[in-house]
Amino acid sequence: MSESFVVGIGGAAGQGVATPGDIFAKIFSRRGLHLNAYNAYQSIIRGGHTFLTIRTGPQKISNTGDHLDLLIPLNQDTMDRHLRLLTAGGACLYNADLIQPGTPAEGVQLCPMPVSKMADITRNKVGQNTLAIGAAVNMMGIGFSVLEGVLAEQFRKKDKAVIDENIHLARTGYEYASKNFQALAWPLPMTDARYAVLSGNIAMAMGGAAAGVKFYSAYPMSPATGVLHWMASHARQAEIMVRQVEDEIGVVTMAIGAAHAGVRAMCATSGGGFALMSEGMGLSAQAEIPIVVIDCQRAGPSTGVPTKTEQGDLWQMLGAGFGDYPKVIAAPLDIADCFKLIPEMFNLTDRFQCPGIVLCDLLLSEGRLSVDPKELDFNPVIDRGEMITSNGTGDHEPYKRYKITESGVSPRAIPGLPGYTHVVSSDEHDEDGVLISDEYTNAGKRRAMMEKRMRKMDGIAASVPPPKLHGPADADVTLIGWGSTHGVIHEACELLREAGISANHLAIRWLVPLHGDAILDLLRGARHTIIVENNFSGQFARYLRSETSFVPDGNIRKYDGEPFAPHHIVEAVKEQLAGKTKLSVPAHEIMV
Amino acid sequence: MATETVVAPKAITMADYKGRVDPDWCPGCGDFGVLAAVQKALVELQIPKHEVATISGIGCSSNFPGFIETYGMHTLHGRSLPVATGMKLANHAMTVLVTGGDGDGFGIGCNHFVHTIRRNVDLTYIVMDNQIYGLTTGQTSPTSRIGMKTKSMPYGNIETPLSPVALALAAGATFVARGFSGDQKHLTELIKLGIEHKGFSFIDVFSPCVTYNHDNTFQWFRPRVKKLEDNPEYDSTDWAMAMEKSVIWGEEIPIGKFFERTDLPTLHGAEPVLNSGPLVHQNNRIPAEIAQGFVQELM
Repeated sequence: MSESFVVGIGGAAGQGVATPGDIFAKIFSRRGLHLNAYNAYQSIIRGGHTFLTIRTGPQKISNTGDHLDLLIPLNQDTMDRHLRLLTAGGACLYNADLIQPGTPAEGVQLCPMPVSKMADITRNKVGQNTLAIGAAVNMMGIGFSVLEGVLAEQFRKKDKAVIDENIHLARTGYEYASKNFQALAWPLPMTDARYAVLSGNIAMAMGGAAAGVKFYSAYPMSPATGVLHWMASHARQAEIMVRQVEDEIGVVTMAIGAAHAGVRAMCATSGGGFALMSEGMGLSAQAEIPIVVIDCQRAGPSTGVPTKTEQGDLWQMLGAGFGDYPKVIAAPLDIADCFKLIPEMFNLTDRFQCPGIVLCDLLLSEGRLSVDPKELDFNPVIDRGEMITSNGTGDHEPYKRYKITESGVSPRAIPGLPGYTHVVSSDEHDEDGVLISDEYTNAGKRRAMMEKRMRKMDGIAASVPPPKLHGPADADVTLIGWGSTHGVIHEACELLREAGISANHLAIRWLVPLHGDAILDLLRGARHTIIVENNFSGQFARYLRSETSFVPDGNIRKYDGEPFAPHHIVEAVKEQLAGKTKLSVPAHEIMV
Repeated sequence: MATETVVAPKAITMADYKGRVDPDWCPGCGDFGVLAAVQKALVELQIPKHEVATISGIGCSSNFPGFIETYGMHTLHGRSLPVATGMKLANHAMTVLVTGGDGDGFGIGCNHFVHTIRRNVDLTYIVMDNQIYGLTTGQTSPTSRIGMKTKSMPYGNIETPLSPVALALAAGATFVARGFSGDQKHLTELIKLGIEHKGFSFIDVFSPCVTYNHDNTFQWFRPRVKKLEDNPEYDSTDWAMAMEKSVIWGEEIPIGKFFERTDLPTLHGAEPVLNSGPLVHQNNRIPAEIAQGFVQELM
């Protein structure tokens, strides 16, 4: 496995965990290193416990890993909770005035800083953090000038005195470490690459901008709010209309109104907000007005655990709204994919005039990943489908908005054009848009309209690639996952191979339509199949069974709010291959 | 996207706005009068039908878009206003009318009603207020009077009805009027004023249900409605006076233009993103240098 280095910083909310995180992320990315970061936090603005993990290295980092190399506890609580994650060669940097060290594992260096003797920080409540950053950068073998530059940038909106004070504190910590602590065993390498560091929420917002989204509406809801924040702060430059609406019913219906007028419209929410959007999904499908809705899953049901991750909304998405209607559902595999998926989804929803759901989760929405800027393509293919945007010579057949066609797609005239006035409707209607539910009831027309709409699913299926199996075809074990578990399963496969168990990986991105036959073909020769997912009931396992009758040999599930770590999967696979169980529910060792 | 606009050479007439199907409302329904008044207002204002969107929720009166030849949209119960807001913001060159009933607008859709008002979206919202749920065959509505017997309150309504006019005024509406389906000429004038008003215009229309509301009938309203315009003392720029009149209900019920102010910007007028024209006609590609800036922020 490739080399990596993991830093953990923890404290109470409001103690300033985010800033050191940003500074380390900048230092790593400017050395040309990849990184993957995840912040475990609670639904509280001040107090509680928050723990940020940043893993870095020269190769792509698919998850935050199993252990820490450097721990910076900002309070006693963090020391007590996380010291055990440090492994040999690691170090713990802490304020010796406030924090009592625990007993670390063998080979772990305790680095107490006598903060009150090092500097006067009585008026700077995050002064200890800056001292620790300075010390950490020294131990990583990085020159001070790099940190100085990043600090100046981090505090660029503050007075010069604030910048100078922080640089002074950082230098004090840096020098103290050089005299008193051992450098870390693995000095951080450097490469010529440069990466953008972004969250999944920023990636999806930017992916929307790249896709030509002109209308974005939202109601604040964790963990989807980051999409709104990016959209709102970049709206004027990107020329996107961004609206905060009174509730998610208004959010989705406002997006539908804008989409009907002819622009690409998007909205994002979490499971609770999506519940309010369900009827809107039906309107989008029935009136044949394309929209894209992002669901950033958090632990449910009800208000649930607002700051914790889960893959528990799959069946809500599958069953959203009543009646049968065409729709597309896809789950991005990582943060780079959060960007890439949005234009792809819009091309499908525009071509097939139906709703599309991007099923993300808190792990990706709020996690951060280094991404090659080339992957953030602001010039993707934009296919708006069959749209009538000009009345040409003015001569045309009487326009039928819901004309019955072989593909099920009827060309969409954009309101405002002379000669194409029509009615779009949530009631069942005929080709002309005349209501057939209230006006008169006509079984033949109803059937024809239903079949017209549902024919679109054939076209969508033909436009979406079947999944692929990664790894050796004759592996001992096949791990099946969907969406955000891609990264951690990938690393688990590597660790299993190192342990002498060959493993391959089937990652599902397109959920609806699901290429059931292709999946069965791939799994037919598998020796031992295990479905890995972040929910209680095995929502994907149940879905796969309902679509294909496939039943895996075992399941690994986690529903404690935290994402999988690689060793959770590795240990579960070992116990299942040994025949000890068919359902593993790994325990999350650290309370966060 | 480029659109070629062909201006109709001949004058716009009632025939232009005639719907593809005839209304299926009960014979004698108040909504017929409202439909005719809307069509007349559009003809008198000479607005081409392709520049008009008519958006409704669900209910008897919400079938309105099917009975008038415009860009019609029949949405969800209570959701006409956010849909119409999205449509107006995406193409503010369109004249957007919103039609519906009292259950749709003040019951299930009341949240949107209040927020659309405070946003001053340039829509004309015409509520055919019959104080009853008709399409579900006669239940109490938010404007049903106390004591009114319906299938859902067979012993008489005990809940205080809301005053849509007072609610709109309290929420900060910039144009508030009330009309009567039985006085089409007056109603047509109100609708014209509403369409011409820059901002959210709300017109509550007494549109009696001849099947399920046996209390508030045409005959009941006719002697009671009194036009504010006939009162030389009335000043429709005076909000307090409008508020006072809005709650009068009994032997005399005021109709007419209660209130108008023209000093507040519309939502689309206040949004700099629309400076370069209707959203639907804007470029949907982010210019390369701006896109580069977005990525650079993350480096």
